[in-house]
Amino acid sequence: MVIALASGFGQETKPVVRAYVGARIIPVTAADIPDGVMIVKGDAIAAVGKRGDVAIPAGAEVIDLKGKILFPGMICTHSHIGRVEGGDRSAPIQPEVRVLDSVDVLDSSLEKARAGGLTLVNIMSGSGHLLSGQTIYLKLRDGNTIEDLAVRNKDGSVAGGIKMANGTNSISGSPFPGTRGKSAALVREQFLKAQQYREKLAKGGDDAPERDLAMEALVEVLEGKRVVHHHTHRHDDILTVLRLRKEFGFRVVLHHVSEAWKVADEIAEAKVSCSIIFLDSPGGKLEARDIEWKNGAELEKRGVPTAFHTDDPINDSRWFLRSAGLAVRAGMSRQKALEAVTIAGAEMMDLADKTGSLTAGKQADFVILNGDPLSVYTRVLETHVEGKKVFDLDDPKDRLWAEGGFGAGHRRKAEGCCFTK
Amino acid sequence: MLFHEMNTTRRTPNPRWRATMLAAGLVAAPLAFAQLAVEAEKLYPMTGDLKPIDAGVVLCSAEGKIEKVGKAADIKVPAGYKRLQAIVAMPGIIDAHATVGLSGILNSDKHDQEQLEKSAPIQPELRAVDAYNGRDPLVRWVRELGITTVHTGHAPGALVAGQTMILKTDVASITKAEDTIRPFAMVAATLGKGGLAEGDGKAPGTRAKSVAMLRENLLKAQAYQKKLAEKDAEKQPDRDLRLEALVAVLRKEVPLLVTAHRHHDLAAALRLQEEFGFKLVLDGASEAYFLLEEIKKAGVPILVHPTMARPFGEHENMTFTLAAKLHGAKIPFAFQSGYEGYVPKTRVVHFEAALAVAYGLPYEAALAACTSGAAELLGIADRVGALKPGLDADLALFDGDPLETTTHCTGVVIGGKVVSSQTR
Repeated sequence: MVIALASGFGQETKPVVRAYVGARIIPVTAADIPDGVMIVKGDAIAAVGKRGDVAIPAGAEVIDLKGKILFPGMICTHSHIGRVEGGDRSAPIQPEVRVLDSVDVLDSSLEKARAGGLTLVNIMSGSGHLLSGQTIYLKLRDGNTIEDLAVRNKDGSVAGGIKMANGTNSISGSPFPGTRGKSAALVREQFLKAQQYREKLAKGGDDAPERDLAMEALVEVLEGKRVVHHHTHRHDDILTVLRLRKEFGFRVVLHHVSEAWKVADEIAEAKVSCSIIFLDSPGGKLEARDIEWKNGAELEKRGVPTAFHTDDPINDSRWFLRSAGLAVRAGMSRQKALEAVTIAGAEMMDLADKTGSLTAGKQADFVILNGDPLSVYTRVLETHVEGKKVFDLDDPKDRLWAEGGFGAGHRRKAEGCCFTK
Repeated sequence: MLFHEMNTTRRTPNPRWRATMLAAGLVAAPLAFAQLAVEAEKLYPMTGDLKPIDAGVVLCSAEGKIEKVGKAADIKVPAGYKRLQAIVAMPGIIDAHATVGLSGILNSDKHDQEQLEKSAPIQPELRAVDAYNGRDPLVRWVRELGITTVHTGHAPGALVAGQTMILKTDVASITKAEDTIRPFAMVAATLGKGGLAEGDGKAPGTRAKSVAMLRENLLKAQAYQKKLAEKDAEKQPDRDLRLEALVAVLRKEVPLLVTAHRHHDLAAALRLQEEFGFKLVLDGASEAYFLLEEIKKAGVPILVHPTMARPFGEHENMTFTLAAKLHGAKIPFAFQSGYEGYVPKTRVVHFEAALAVAYGLPYEAALAACTSGAAELLGIADRVGALKPGLDADLALFDGDPLETTTHCTGVVIGGKVVSSQTR
């Protein structure tokens, strides 16, 4: 249904049925299946199981994946692909700004993300503001408009969170805050205004306020309809986010959380989720001086739901699986590390019922790998979103996005006379 | 059997071994120059056909040199040797072009960023030894991951940014030339957009101007060199440090390291090399795949850009397959961490080599390009890069495939001294 609406494939009357046979299936939310079968019917997974246990429907196209790995489409909870823009420099808090109005879905960065095996991304504006705008959750379907790719809420609205930040990135010259104390005060002030706005809305009648787009977005945050994706690095900044959350009751995912290992107990106690990044070395900015690969393991020990992110272009989407490798290197379990690039991200975006694992009934978002997901030598061979192949390493055009080369850096797909060769 | 086939997954070494390694680390300082035996299930000497020795041993002398390398069955470890064990051991890793020690962890311009001086476009007199901070945490970071030698110094970003040097990663302070392997290794230049001066009216502002300025300065250096050859003391020129450094290039005492990414900038570097006859090392070289024949013919080696370099700007046409292509064309190359202006503040050279394997480079070639091949390219193969008698006893120890993300570096030896027994 979704794919029919989104991609103009409505002509098909009967859904295509495909049987992927013989791969090692890593469903992530269930035990690995060494010699598995996955049936995809249209845009959804119809069945996953052992060879012999899963019936291959008559007329199904059978794809032999012996020696390959079937893995869920990966989910990046924090990405800046599509040349996203958010708020401008006129104010530190801009909840009315939607990245929906800025993302270029034809940008080559989306092709590279597909080549990296990503199927769902949270595209966010930057961290140079206390609140830089509304984020958008995109399925990396093939499409020409952002609406083609957007994830919809039940009411038809576009799904996304809101991007906030604290610490040094959002500290700047006027009208931006100059200190951490002022940063928190400005955020507090806005949330108080939003509470008042919501009260007036509830009362209605003569007191009903005029529409205020910024306040509307913040009311969605207060009501838990819009998750706060909060950039934060230093231990004290992390605690400030937790303090504000306690005060206003919003739902929050902590992002980056470089010093998570220092305040892991406090994070666990607050029962919030973390989306963390892995860098090949610490530093590069004061706040990342103490970042540790052990963040994943320390959060796991305390039961904190943890996902990973690329922060593309900080880490290119094509290297996303390395995050899981580094996490395991520093003590995280294989299982939690694999969850952190799949289902954990789906949960943080309230989409775990639809994607994030190879489970019957979920959308057919998956990748075919040529080796173990934790190995540095493993390549993504194919990426499928909602049953449709969006990346194929064997296709020379797609290979350009996977490996680079002349034309791969161009902003748009290079399909003219002179770029591809 | 004690030794068995290693696969690509990580395994835990025998607990007895780990205890020995820990003990070695704890007592490393007083035993700095003890004789050492490194035993590995898989030992990569990086000599000959580059193939590993199963169940290998390296003996290191009290002077910090390698004495013997071979199969455990053939080498008896003499009494009194400190024993270190690993699943895999290889020569200490060489980062063939870095900025660690100059470009510090905090990325604070006034405090720890010494890799680029922007006051003038051509400053080959800037010495890396005057800028290096061996106590910066990033030096320790790469050392504990197995990197024992770095070619570091002034970074790309100016037409001629300064000099580079080569040293071991256990050198905290440079007090004499011998603290380095080469105190003056190369003169670092940049062609293309990356080497242009910032600001209107500043030179160089274009590619052509960059090359014109470089040519002009090399001509001046030729004239200076001629005057230096005068026997009459009165005709000797006043000392000019800038021209002295360029004369070292003209005399082929040090190569000119030219960072360039676009094919036309790489071609310009080859033209200059032909004109002035210096030793050229190309750096970065994103679009070198267009000029494989020309580069091969000119005999120019390449310090290939990090596989994970960000594909923007001058890098936009880079490919992860460049190392494989250079290998195929038999062009000498080595891996580098390069320069990073933000996070991660340094890359880790063997992580970059690992991804090149994923994109077509044979495994042993990748190891060579951060050990023996890198040493040859840098002209330091008489000291480091391989495990063979007479070379420095620099080793990196691992609990699995050294290039695999999940593998840990379990020990690092420099000059026969255990400098890390961390599990990283």
